[in-house]
Amino acid sequence: MAAKTPEQITEDLLRPLGNASGKYWTALAFFAGVVVSALCAFAWQVYAGIGVAGIRRPVFWGFYITNFVFWIGLSHAGTLISAILRLANATWRRPVTRCAEVITVFALSIGATFPIIHLGRPWLAFWLFPYPSERGIWPNIRSPLLWDFFAINTYLLGSVTFLVLPMIPDMALIRDRATGLRKKIYGIVALGWRGTPKQWHRLESAMQIMAVAVIPVAVSVHSIVSWDFAMAPVPAWHSTIFAPYFVCGAIFSGIAALIIAMALLRKFLHLEEYLLRMHFENLGKLLLVMSLLWFYFVFAERLTVWYGNDPSEMTVFWVTQTGSFSPLFWLMVVCNFVIPFPILAIKKLRTIAGCVIASIGVVIGMWLERYLIIVPSLSHKYLPYSFGSYRPTWVEITITCGTFAAMALLYMLFAKTVPIISIWELKSGPQTQSDHATALQPVPHAEGAD
Amino acid sequence: MASVNSIYGLFPGPDSADRGVRALRAAGVAQEKILVMASEPFEEYSFTQAEHKTLMPWLAVAGGIAGGTCGYLLARLTQVAYPIAVGNMPRVSPFPTAIVTYELTMFGAVITTVITLIITARLLRKRPAPYDEAVSHGKILIGVVDPAENSRDAVESSLRQAGAEQIKSTS
Repeated sequence: MAAKTPEQITEDLLRPLGNASGKYWTALAFFAGVVVSALCAFAWQVYAGIGVAGIRRPVFWGFYITNFVFWIGLSHAGTLISAILRLANATWRRPVTRCAEVITVFALSIGATFPIIHLGRPWLAFWLFPYPSERGIWPNIRSPLLWDFFAINTYLLGSVTFLVLPMIPDMALIRDRATGLRKKIYGIVALGWRGTPKQWHRLESAMQIMAVAVIPVAVSVHSIVSWDFAMAPVPAWHSTIFAPYFVCGAIFSGIAALIIAMALLRKFLHLEEYLLRMHFENLGKLLLVMSLLWFYFVFAERLTVWYGNDPSEMTVFWVTQTGSFSPLFWLMVVCNFVIPFPILAIKKLRTIAGCVIASIGVVIGMWLERYLIIVPSLSHKYLPYSFGSYRPTWVEITITCGTFAAMALLYMLFAKTVPIISIWELKSGPQTQSDHATALQPVPHAEGAD
Repeated sequence: MASVNSIYGLFPGPDSADRGVRALRAAGVAQEKILVMASEPFEEYSFTQAEHKTLMPWLAVAGGIAGGTCGYLLARLTQVAYPIAVGNMPRVSPFPTAIVTYELTMFGAVITTVITLIITARLLRKRPAPYDEAVSHGKILIGVVDPAENSRDAVESSLRQAGAEQIKSTS
């Protein structure tokens, strides 16, 4: 394959921003329809009351909090991975980072809506916010739910900044090629970028600082989400390993989501020359490491409960191993370990298709894991008289489907508005994996005299 | 094109642009008057090496300290102002206070970094600045702002000899 000139790279990556096909609009309409039905379900819940959801004593956290933890976890795909690769100066990251960072921003925004959806009276959500109130209802700083407020907002700010800053030079590229209203809009978003050495240098410095700042924030976010559980004296929740266990699971599901998103972008935006097999292989190796780490954490957590032999914890233990939740538990193990491990460990199977199959398994498995952390513990809390069950209603299922559709919808709209691969980073960076990347190697600027 | 007095050349690549800058320096043009614009950072070339000193990391640290102080005060004063029954535990609980302080430290550092970038990179500024859209099409702009009237020809010939494909001027 011929090497690409910087101008060809620009043209290739700006091409998806042009006219959309009929298939694109059909898919967009489908996802928009699912989102609208989810909004209708939520409106019904607001009108009729939280009773239309399946959450009731003793299981007050069901699908909504499962989704909250799942989406916050998924958000670790982008900013964290991108920041680590940036600090490690991994040159292969260049086509991957923006696809990943977008997942973070959208997944985090979707996840953050769930505590509000979960409230019986969402119009009183502002009571959660830490503001001075003469009614004396300042929120309790000791509550992990309030820590979530700070952590998620800090991570959202960091992630949006981490996504938007490197977009500025690309916005200027589009501004200079656009006409009319588009030129005006992209001109505003480009913030007056001209590409002076000072601007480039300040941007690089800002990105380095952001990368350093955002990694501990990402770790803290999912640690705090885990403490929503671990701070409560609920069987199988009150565990010291919950924070690293959650962080590991978050990165695990995040990488899987990134691989799926990259495969879809590669196919539908025809980015085969940019999102190479090398990128999937490298992310596949990371996914393999996280799969092993996840299995280790599950084993360590179960082992400790088993040796502790606390009656209330053993009730939850058995209900997930052999009881009513066991099919979901073993399906989770199959999805998170049994399927991905051989696919990702055997080089021959670690193809793009293989990585996608493993990733789909992981996303399903990680959603099940969040469900299995929440529901079995709440439905089997201490004394048997307080045991109960939980069944999601159509309202919860519709809202859950709506969030997946919202993710797809937002991603599709973004990919038509902004280059999904950072053009300037791709043009300016050397590609080191020569066998795959020669196609991407930007050829030097043609200068006869030089 | 903005109404700033300038003369510049559009270069096809970084090597000739580098020569252009060196030629301007050799012609006695002061560094602060030399204009450079490109659609890539070109960090390895000397023509982009000017103005690399920045206080941004230190300002981020200062922003972090300010954010952390706000976080500490918010957490502490809330617990003091609205005391709840804590059953012999400290009224100002250290762990939650540390968590809120930590999160707002990072918040402060991020916000400060963004503000510093906007100010020091002169983004969002309303004053007209020299620019040519050819930069977005891969050309490298090298020029001089406010050149002296009697030096315009010398600048133009320096740029041309260095390999500029086009010479333009604005006033």
